[in-house]
Amino acid sequence: MPTPKPIQDVINAFSRLPGIGPKTAGRLAFFLLSAPDELAQDLANSIIALKTEVVTCPVCFNIMGRGQTSCDICQDEHRDRSLICVVEDAMDVLALERVGAYQGLYHVLQGVLSPIEGISPQDLRIEELLKRLQENEVREVIIATNPSMEGDATAMYLQQRLQPLGLRITRLARGLPVGSDLEYADPTTLVRALSGRQEMGVS
Amino acid sequence: MLAIGDERYNFNVPNRERTFRLQALILRHLDWGEADRLITLYSREEGKRRAIAKGVRRLRSRKSGHLEPFSQVNLLLARGRDLPIITQVETIKPFSTLREDLHLISYASYLVELVDRFTIEEESNPDVYGLLLNCFDRLSKGAEAAFEVRYFELQFLNSIGFRPELTECVVCRERIQPQAQYFSFELGGVVCPNCKPKLPTAYSISLEMLKYLRHLQRSTYAEARKARIPPLVQVEMESLLGRYFTHLLERQLNTPQFIRSIKNMSQLTTDPDQDNP
Repeated sequence: MPTPKPIQDVINAFSRLPGIGPKTAGRLAFFLLSAPDELAQDLANSIIALKTEVVTCPVCFNIMGRGQTSCDICQDEHRDRSLICVVEDAMDVLALERVGAYQGLYHVLQGVLSPIEGISPQDLRIEELLKRLQENEVREVIIATNPSMEGDATAMYLQQRLQPLGLRITRLARGLPVGSDLEYADPTTLVRALSGRQEMGVS
Repeated sequence: MLAIGDERYNFNVPNRERTFRLQALILRHLDWGEADRLITLYSREEGKRRAIAKGVRRLRSRKSGHLEPFSQVNLLLARGRDLPIITQVETIKPFSTLREDLHLISYASYLVELVDRFTIEEESNPDVYGLLLNCFDRLSKGAEAAFEVRYFELQFLNSIGFRPELTECVVCRERIQPQAQYFSFELGGVVCPNCKPKLPTAYSISLEMLKYLRHLQRSTYAEARKARIPPLVQVEMESLLGRYFTHLLERQLNTPQFIRSIKNMSQLTTDPDQDNP
């Protein structure tokens, strides 16, 4: 017996999600079939809302709810407006916010430079960042792209573009992660950890 | 029912070793699943291969730092159901300087894109491995990037079987005379002025560039390096080889566009200082 079309449709839809194969998709579909109606209803509604109610902030390109003029972080009066942290995507903002140690604003590039994939500077929100820096009183830009080849390329590109503006440009430190082992550290990280070593006893 | 001793009981016993070693250059990586990466590498033993590196996007991963593009590494891989899985990795040469300069990143990426596009998986070609390794090595030591890339391009064409014919006309097979010539992308070589009317698409090239092309094509690195290629010839050569690659691949490469945008930016940000000393 072929799978009835409504079920097959759900299975096909789930299979398109990352990390979900046809087996998992089938299990999820049959689970929803036997679960209370509200569960499927809530899921469907929240997925629709996700695409219609979430937009990007026109200032920092972080995600925000529809109808807001700018995102919660950009609106927050208590935040240091002279500090902008540049990240690759909105997930990075969430990661930094979870730590709660940063009190400035963000700028989401919505991607990272990649010569091989053909992602050039004009594909990222770099012109918007420059405009923002020219129009606002900003003291420091923290470049928080990932410590990968693409992240480094983006950081170097930004550094060259931002240099003429005469503000402080910093990059997140890189070194040994907590709980790691020197023995397994790669040469690049070890060199960075050595050159970026810090005085002890100074908080 | 299968009983022990039944020869059918031996289903699925692998006849190959479960793990294997490769010495390789990392070409590119792609985020894969939750915290994995799909790594494309070019190995000395088996040419291009793709492999999964599990969990390397996690902070505690012991492998991630060894798997950045352009690194030369020793790998231990386990055969997986589909793609092999990287179980151990150790850096031989990190070539980290290639990742610390925007221009070097773009040139190294260009070489990687060429190798990636022109090779198929599991087809061994130690020449290509050696060429790429030597070129990374010299670029990381500050060699003149434009020359290194041109030399690589011509030698690479030799090793992958697309060596352009530069000494005789590809139509009439007569030796090329010292005069301005044409180049046919379709026939992969020089066309003499007499045969040019038969090939309307042939592309005009200067005699001077042809000489440098031949020199780079058949010389060892040490000999080729002695040539001082005039800037205008370099521009012509870059454009000709770029067109040839596009013709062979039937598509544009991504990196040349990126290199141009980086060059434009460097001019934008440095020009004002030069104008007002």
